[in-house]
Amino acid sequence: MTDSKYFTTTKKGEIFELKAELNSDKKEKKKEAVKKVIASMTVGKDVSALFPDVVNCMQTDNLELKKLVYLYLMNYAKSQPDMAIMAVNTFVKDCEDPNPLIRALAVRTMGCIRVDKITEYLCEPLRKCLKDEDPYVRKTAAVCVAKLHDINAQLVEDQGFLDTLKDLISDSNPMVVANAVAALSEIAESHPNSNLLDLNPQTINKLLTALNECTEWGQIFILDCLANYTPRDDRESQSICERVTPRLSHANSAVVLSAVKVLMKFMEMLPKDLDYYGTLLKKLAPPLVTLLSAEPELQYVALRNINLIVQKRPEILKHEMKVFFVKYNDPIYVKLEKLDIMIRLASQANIAQVLAELKEYATEVDVDFVRKAVRAIGRCAIKVEQSAERCVSTLLDLIQTKVNYVVQEAIVVIKDIFRKYPNKYESVIATLCENLDSLDEPEARAAMIWIVGEYAERIDNADELLESFLEGFHDESTQVQLQLLTAIVKLFLKKPTETQELVQQVLSLATQDSDNPDLRDRGYIYWRLLSTDPVAAKEVVLAEKPLISEETDLIEPTLLEELICHIGTLASVYHKPPSAFVEGSRGVQHKRLPARAGSGESTDSPDVSQSVGGATEAAPTVIPSQGDLLGDLLNLDLAPPAAGPTVPPSMQLGAMDLLGGGLDSLLGGDIGGSPAMGAGLGSTPAVMPTSLGAPPVVGGGLGDLFDLGGSVGMPAGAYVPPKSVWLPAMKAKGLEISGTFARRSGVIQMELSLTNKAMSVMTDFAIQFNRNSFGLAPAGPLQVLTPLSPNQTIEVSLPLSTSGPVMKMEPLNNLQVAVKNNIDVFYFSCQYPISLLFVEDGKMERQVFLATWKDIPNDNEAQFVIKDCHLNSDAASSKLQGSNIFTIAKRTVDNQDMLYQSIKLTNGIWVLTELRVQGGNPSYTLSVKCRASEVSQFVYQCYELVLKN
Amino acid sequence: MIHSLFLINSAGDIFLEKHWKSVISRSVCDYFFEAQEKAGEPDNVPPVIRTPHHYLINIYREKIFFVSVIQTEVPPLFVIEFLHRVAEMFQDYFGESSEAAIKDNVVIVYELLEEMLDNGFPLATESNILKELIKPPTILRSVVNTITGSSNVGETLPTGQLSTIPWRRAGVKYTNNEAYFDVVEEIDAILDKSGTTVFAEIQGVIDACVKLSGMPDLTLSFMNPRLLDDVSFHPCVRFKRWESERVLSFVPPDGNFQLMSYHVSAQNLVAIPVYVKQNISFFETGSSGRLDITVGPKQTMGKTVECVLVTIHMPKVILSANLTPTQGTYTYDPVTKILMWDIGKLNHQKLPNLKGSLSLQSGAAKPEENPSLNIEFKIQQLAISGLKVNRLDMYGEKYKPFKGVKYVTKAGKFQVRT
Repeated sequence: MTDSKYFTTTKKGEIFELKAELNSDKKEKKKEAVKKVIASMTVGKDVSALFPDVVNCMQTDNLELKKLVYLYLMNYAKSQPDMAIMAVNTFVKDCEDPNPLIRALAVRTMGCIRVDKITEYLCEPLRKCLKDEDPYVRKTAAVCVAKLHDINAQLVEDQGFLDTLKDLISDSNPMVVANAVAALSEIAESHPNSNLLDLNPQTINKLLTALNECTEWGQIFILDCLANYTPRDDRESQSICERVTPRLSHANSAVVLSAVKVLMKFMEMLPKDLDYYGTLLKKLAPPLVTLLSAEPELQYVALRNINLIVQKRPEILKHEMKVFFVKYNDPIYVKLEKLDIMIRLASQANIAQVLAELKEYATEVDVDFVRKAVRAIGRCAIKVEQSAERCVSTLLDLIQTKVNYVVQEAIVVIKDIFRKYPNKYESVIATLCENLDSLDEPEARAAMIWIVGEYAERIDNADELLESFLEGFHDESTQVQLQLLTAIVKLFLKKPTETQELVQQVLSLATQDSDNPDLRDRGYIYWRLLSTDPVAAKEVVLAEKPLISEETDLIEPTLLEELICHIGTLASVYHKPPSAFVEGSRGVQHKRLPARAGSGESTDSPDVSQSVGGATEAAPTVIPSQGDLLGDLLNLDLAPPAAGPTVPPSMQLGAMDLLGGGLDSLLGGDIGGSPAMGAGLGSTPAVMPTSLGAPPVVGGGLGDLFDLGGSVGMPAGAYVPPKSVWLPAMKAKGLEISGTFARRSGVIQMELSLTNKAMSVMTDFAIQFNRNSFGLAPAGPLQVLTPLSPNQTIEVSLPLSTSGPVMKMEPLNNLQVAVKNNIDVFYFSCQYPISLLFVEDGKMERQVFLATWKDIPNDNEAQFVIKDCHLNSDAASSKLQGSNIFTIAKRTVDNQDMLYQSIKLTNGIWVLTELRVQGGNPSYTLSVKCRASEVSQFVYQCYELVLKN
Repeated sequence: MIHSLFLINSAGDIFLEKHWKSVISRSVCDYFFEAQEKAGEPDNVPPVIRTPHHYLINIYREKIFFVSVIQTEVPPLFVIEFLHRVAEMFQDYFGESSEAAIKDNVVIVYELLEEMLDNGFPLATESNILKELIKPPTILRSVVNTITGSSNVGETLPTGQLSTIPWRRAGVKYTNNEAYFDVVEEIDAILDKSGTTVFAEIQGVIDACVKLSGMPDLTLSFMNPRLLDDVSFHPCVRFKRWESERVLSFVPPDGNFQLMSYHVSAQNLVAIPVYVKQNISFFETGSSGRLDITVGPKQTMGKTVECVLVTIHMPKVILSANLTPTQGTYTYDPVTKILMWDIGKLNHQKLPNLKGSLSLQSGAAKPEENPSLNIEFKIQQLAISGLKVNRLDMYGEKYKPFKGVKYVTKAGKFQVRT
């Protein structure tokens, strides 16, 4: 007898038949009928029509039948809320049942019925159950609070359930403690700034006691909660570590990984010379190795985390290289991760082993894996200098196999090796050239071209080789075209006599026949360089290149720190900060590793000083200095520069912009004025670049360029308030800062005037923001390139991104800033107009507007009066448009114009407004509707500002 | 926490869905199907898949994808471990975790899933407790239930739920009290062409079958506990006693469970019981090749190596194989390109050998890749690491139990490169 019988019929009167059976007098028949109903439900059939009949079966002392009816209720109550009320009485009665199993079941099920009306009735029984004498009921009730919070957060807070839940952390039963922690953690996730889990040494002690006795799942909740705690000193840290260490031997891998997280975080506080520190390091290796013998899915998650751990503390696994060796039947996702970790662990001691393995992998079947293995050999060469020679010979062996994709991949990595060890392995160039014809992938072709260009003086037929590529120039990918252009220019500079024709050919191909702006621009740059000053051209094009190093693929240190605090989570699997995951308005608190005791950070304003410290450390790694980028641009588009893939995109963008601007204006200044352009080459380029004419000063040019872009991009022009003094010289040892904010073509800028009113020169400026409501953060370093001498004022424009850490400020638009120079660090705060955050694509569809307007509850509507404004509605509309406040519709009723407008903030919040303008009346009425009603006030201020200026 | 679970068969049908919070449309599985298509082989589907609003975490067991949906930040291992537990529970209840078994018992499956999670939080995942709450189906029970009208859902609160030993139920009674322990060791190894060990380690587990009345408190000690420095225990094992005395002290769950697992990686401790001499070569012309494999015993501590099976994933261009084994039988599947040679017992006097020719697709180039050999074997009455149980003592109960320990060594992922 199996349940498959329940699926057999789909004939016409099925529902009718079931109805009859449900109302049967025979218990057994009833139960069978409910089972049939459930079976239909599981496969997605709609049996909601049977609601009243099934609910009628609820009044029973048969536990199985009861459970089945509950299952049904949970599924369908939402679609039949009025009917669901019928069930309430039974629930309330069941919550009083002498059998704790029934009490718990009732409270559990009630929480799963996501109907508002029912939740009201749930409060009383839930309150009782939270204080029930039976721990089984209490632990079920704890979870129920989380369910209720999900449905109606306000209700839970009003009823004081959160406090009861906090009390349960001190419950005598470990299971109850674990569930209370789990429920609180889940609730806290939607309230990032609440102090729900207020951890102090007493609660920590209770959690540690419960940790030993609760179920494996409870242990995970408690460990994850512990990881959020910051111990007071190294002694407390050590004692927690000691009590968590036994969890490393748990059979459940999730428990193990959560324990690893706690230990990795807390050991940061231990002094390194402590014996215990060494012991702990040793204890961490075996459990991590054990994770790798588990099922492949577990292995994958473990490997992603080990990847982080190895970067943070390579010493833990340095002797365990062999466990990362790839087995041929590992799933591909495990293979690729293992390979990555092998390279991270490669050192002089084990390089021979690693290379032998990698060579083995290069003969595997899976093409992706083989490619990555070949690439790995190149990375080893760059990482372990002593092994470079061996790596090169291994790569040459692989090239001899003539397997097409292996050869191409090998050439790509050999190019990197050449960059790292210039003038060392050029003897292999001949071998490489033999394979020229077989290269069909852009990356490999570009790499080969780069090699030919770079070593043009040693390759006799370099011109022939490059010329052969030139034939199909227009069919090549951009990457190859750019590379070819650069390589030929290099060749020309090295052997000018015989290649003049070639260089002319490529320049005209790039500038006249190509519609790719990058290619054209680079063509022009070279052309002009060559024509005005060949010596300078040589200096620029053949400049010494920055060396590439193994660090290119490491995770940036501050991100790594944050990820270490999130070991075992999704963030650790994706190697992205949690803020990149969490949806919508839910903020995330950034976690940092605790500081080691006695590291001597100033304590009076820890928040700001800490973030300033962090920034100055991080700055050089996040944003490559201009010189680097310049070198790289001229050289290659192949290898990523020092900025790894983990740099937030907006930042990278900022850096690129900066460079592009700098270069263009530099060139424009130099060449725009020189009429003898192209003299050396005979022909003048047909098209003139348009963005010329910027002043030739590099430092100022940057800011000016942004200005230029702003005025071109937005004819209406957003209102920019005049600069005001933010930091008086009195308070900052002679440094006066005044400034304002502007939004120009989608870039938020902080415009600063720095004035030196002291007697001595100021240098080494840097800027940092405290966390703020909208995550504003500098998108680049403060560009004060020259020292600021006494009585000099410098204008600086700092592009801002909105991807920084978020914390709600009071008032909302408050921004706390720290500025550092060679003298001291100064703090000030300023307020920015919220219109800064109005984005360009803030125009809503009419339909969406209507629906959203209706959808936002009326409680969120705020009304303001704007007085003394003498614009008519059209003028107002166009003025507002300049600040990205878009008019969706206009309605005129009784000489009164109503403008419906939408605004979108950088964090995706929509603001809808209605502006009423009465002919002849200088007072406007503004209604603002927004889901986040706290911004309304500031939106009103912006209207005032924009309309009156 | 865990939001929903979808069970998907290899044909891509969603045959069961369960939601612990609000209902999530099954269209979310489209992202999974997309990833599945991209991965090709079902084994290669990435375990964590990101979609615009959810994360899909999946495992693949018995030709079924268990796909769970999560919405907030939840430790992925937590979800994967839970999914393993679900698959194990099906196995435990229905004897197999197959689509047919699940469909046949869909109501029990639903009841089980409901008991295992509450609002996405694990509730009862111990087999002992679940079996008290929901009785596993047996033919006899369903007959009795139909006649008497009783149900297969327990009426009482499972005792284990609240005690400090949640894994054991109270009031266990047996007429024959017995405790058996199986020490099972698997050798994972990679050998290179020349037979040198590239990598080797031992994964060991101690499986227990304990059927003892009352609340027995057991102590298991080893002759050579120093071998074990990397261990994972069942929650019942008292870690403190292990730390201080190197004995396993525990109140066991009732029935079958895994007491501990361990891991021996020190290379010099891992003996390799078999060796393989192989030569697979392809001629430059003529679309053919030769294969010659010999398997022999190496460090076997005087025991017989049994159930030897060699599996080779041949390159795609191999059409057929014409071979002669001196012992056992061989098969070559031209579709999956898998050559299997079932040898059986290893004989010291006459080493088994498989020799013959391979034919390639006409005109195909010589294959580039080297096929790896996968070896399976089994050695009874031997734990290759040398681990030995010293004694088992019982406290807390008066009766005298039957005790037994069995050892077996198997090949885990044992690969020979060519």
